[in-house]
Amino acid sequence: MASKLYHWLNERLGFDDLYKGLLDRPEPRGTWWNTLGSATLFLFTMQVMTGIFLLMYYTPSPDHAYDSIQYIMNEVAFGWLIRGIHHWSATLMVLLVFLHMLRVFATASYKYPRELTWVIGVFLLLTTLGMGLTGYLLPWNQRSYFATTVATEIAGLVPGIGAFITRTLRGGTDLSALTLSRFFAAHVWMLPALLTVLIGIHLYLIIRHGESEYPTEED
Amino acid sequence: MGKKHNVTRRDFVKVMTGVTGVIIGGGIALPAIGYAVDPAIKSGGSGKDAWISLGPVENYPIGEPTPFNFTRTKVNGWEKTASTHGLFVLRKSDTEIKVFSNVCTHLACRVAWHKDKGEYVCPCHDGVFDKDGNVVSGPPPRPLDQYEYKIEDGNLFVRFAGG
Repeated sequence: MASKLYHWLNERLGFDDLYKGLLDRPEPRGTWWNTLGSATLFLFTMQVMTGIFLLMYYTPSPDHAYDSIQYIMNEVAFGWLIRGIHHWSATLMVLLVFLHMLRVFATASYKYPRELTWVIGVFLLLTTLGMGLTGYLLPWNQRSYFATTVATEIAGLVPGIGAFITRTLRGGTDLSALTLSRFFAAHVWMLPALLTVLIGIHLYLIIRHGESEYPTEED
Repeated sequence: MGKKHNVTRRDFVKVMTGVTGVIIGGGIALPAIGYAVDPAIKSGGSGKDAWISLGPVENYPIGEPTPFNFTRTKVNGWEKTASTHGLFVLRKSDTEIKVFSNVCTHLACRVAWHKDKGEYVCPCHDGVFDKDGNVVSGPPPRPLDQYEYKIEDGNLFVRFAGG
């Protein structure tokens, strides 16, 4: 019965082919360093899941942001765990993205025909840092408030349009409720949507080209 | 394929990957479920059923309705709502006590005790109640609500039903 159902579904959905194409593809011999990209993808998945759960209690308003996080940490069952995972895998994700980039650089995996994968990867790095920047403000405590003050001021150092960039990031001249809600919007929708699209292309390119062979002495 | 009890390396890795996945998935999913249903299983604050202490019974003179106010706080998540409730303690004798809510039964304004007239008067629509809480005149549909009370070691308590 189960195998009949399996065949019926497989005939229509074709997950045997999918499995072969995605997971059973031939790869050159690699090392543990080759797993950093997958590890980052795993952390991204964790971030999406824990992030969605944090949204159940978090409130992006200056009046409630801090209190709602205190509530998550001290009152809600496993709130400390969900937020802890979100906090620490955010930190770890930035670290892993950098290590992944260093590995790709060291093994020259960015060369033809994988230049686009590298370029997308650079955007992924920047978007990940953007997630870090916007997420940092959301607890709305002293540290996040002044970290964002400094960060948006640094953005203002761009010649000519600097002041405009700062105002755009802050939603006005001051760090305010508008800053919090636009950083929130960026953190939970704009950047994640962008990240998802970029990850999709990145993965497609990896499956299309396969993993690169490590360079040999002749190279 | 080997003998019956032999497991190929490939199958072993597949099974172990699955097992690890289930452990990690369960390790996240179970706390996440607890996290999601948490507010449904606990209620916070003092805004629930409780006995409110009104102090020694002797503080309330016999024959004269005496007002008493108390505040209850309801906690929903990080949001606190304080509400003030008022009542009148009427000691008719050493043993007989009535505790009236000061909420008018018409549209929930607060009634006041008018000593000169010996009546409770509601300022909103001229509802008038006598000393025992019965409607004298005006729109109120029923007598003033009464609190359930008890006396323990000479102290008076009323039962706050929540809300």
